[in-house]
Amino acid sequence: MSEYKSGSNLEKVLRAGHFAFTGECGPPQGANVEHLREKAGHLKGCVDAVNVTDNQTAVVRMSSWAASLILLEEGLEPNFQMVCRDRNRLAIQSDILGAYSLGIRNMLCLSGDHQSFGNHPEAKNVFDIDSMQLIYTVKKMRDEGKFLNEQEVDVPPRLFVGAASNPFAEPFDFRVYRLAKKIAAGADFIQTQCIYNMDKFREFMRRAVDMGLHEKCHILAGVTPMKSVGMALYMAKQVPGMDVPDSLIKRLRGAGKGKVAEEGIKFALEQIETFKEMEGVAGVHLMAIEWEHKVPEIAERAGVLPRPSV
Amino acid sequence: MIVARQKPIEEIVEMTQAFHKLLVVGCKGCVTVCNVGGAKEVAILASALRISGKRNGREVVVGEHTLERQCDPEYVDELKDILEDYEAVVSIACGVGPQFIAERYPAVRVFPGVNTQFMGGAEEHGIWSERCAGCGTCVVHYFGGVCPIARCSKSLLNGPCGGSNNGKCEISNDVDCIWDIIVTRMMEQGRLKELIEFKPPKSWATARDGGPRRMIREELVE
Ligand code: SF4
Ligand code: SF4
Repeated sequence: MSEYKSGSNLEKVLRAGHFAFTGECGPPQGANVEHLREKAGHLKGCVDAVNVTDNQTAVVRMSSWAASLILLEEGLEPNFQMVCRDRNRLAIQSDILGAYSLGIRNMLCLSGDHQSFGNHPEAKNVFDIDSMQLIYTVKKMRDEGKFLNEQEVDVPPRLFVGAASNPFAEPFDFRVYRLAKKIAAGADFIQTQCIYNMDKFREFMRRAVDMGLHEKCHILAGVTPMKSVGMALYMAKQVPGMDVPDSLIKRLRGAGKGKVAEEGIKFALEQIETFKEMEGVAGVHLMAIEWEHKVPEIAERAGVLPRPSV
Repeated sequence: MIVARQKPIEEIVEMTQAFHKLLVVGCKGCVTVCNVGGAKEVAILASALRISGKRNGREVVVGEHTLERQCDPEYVDELKDILEDYEAVVSIACGVGPQFIAERYPAVRVFPGVNTQFMGGAEEHGIWSERCAGCGTCVVHYFGGVCPIARCSKSLLNGPCGGSNNGKCEISNDVDCIWDIIVTRMMEQGRLKELIEFKPPKSWATARDGGPRRMIREELVE
């Protein structure tokens, strides 16, 4: 299968032109392997790959590569996330080799939330390289077989390289160029920040398509169903770079007692339908945070089951 | 300049409480400019220490002296005779000052009276902000004359990150997102193309990461 860059399931699904559907799973704040297996179990058969977050929001959790391996054991394909906050270029390159050697085939490159958000705000951060340079690093190791110092890698890691994009963060006009930059640096696929402002995302995609970015890279639209009005308000006010239109909050409020979560899912389903038709969108990345058990239902109702096997 | 902040007076009182003859030493350099360690502040701190000594029923003699610079042995030498009358020094220069004094006068106990913050400048009267992290290889010209190493919370060379929030950094609404400023400035200058260019990993070997730094200029060494 040398034509593939990594041969990961996600790569095959996308290359075959299927509408991809990926999920997400946060490792436990402890060694609770059973809980991780249980959460992962819900996603089995519903998604093409599962993002395994790396100390997300700067809260200490089981390491993402270890949790990725547990997912592999469960028969799921992990998308191993790596942030630049906690590792220098030595640790980054050695973790890339380790992850690949143990069977990981997708990797998502991120800068990482600043530690002041998390549960160890007094920590020192690293940021030796940034997310753009991390993409470049993985690609260099894979395609050139070279470390950052130009030394040869003894058996290069063949990873499918992912990156994130936030179409909503300011400065808006620059965001599509930053996406282009990530693709030029080596991103094979992109997963966007959770989308709620559909008009703004449509405009972002229009620009991306105009630049032909969708032909160079697979762009997956980020979806997180709202569970409650409180969650929507929190996302709108507390999460940096998140754009939650008032109309959505109004709609959730209007759903009435006990029906908000269902309304949130309905909105997500409408979004997925729209994304299926939207030019340049190659799939959906569903981040059902601590709502993994709802994924089978959402996937079913979104009409994305069964997942293709390529 | 190097910007510093005064330590809480209680902390200075506590760390010097074993001594009865203190010399407060100021510096006419950066700390005078940022109103924390000049002759004026020396006088204020000295009288605060005297008052606190009296209040606690202790006889404390507090002297005052301000040097041209504390980061230069030539000026630190000036303290030689003065110090004979004191047991300890409270230096309110940046962190360099107490070290130069301690090095020159090993028998004297030296305490830092300020917390050294950063290399920066005055935005307006009473407001200072960080500008340089001393990385050893200046690259501000790539970024519209703005340093992302010192001023982006993640030192991103290919920013802005996804947390940029209406011109503010994800860490706080009180902190500007410097990448928002860089992008706006570069786009206004018609330099989008440069902004899109990938900036490779930086060598931190010239920064503090390469070990403590020392500079020798042969032509100046006698
Ligand atoms: S690039 Fe380096 S030397 Fe220049 S201002 Fe920034 S930290 Fe200082
Ligand atoms: S929000 Fe702006 S300043 Fe803050 S870390 Fe991100 S790019 Fe840097």
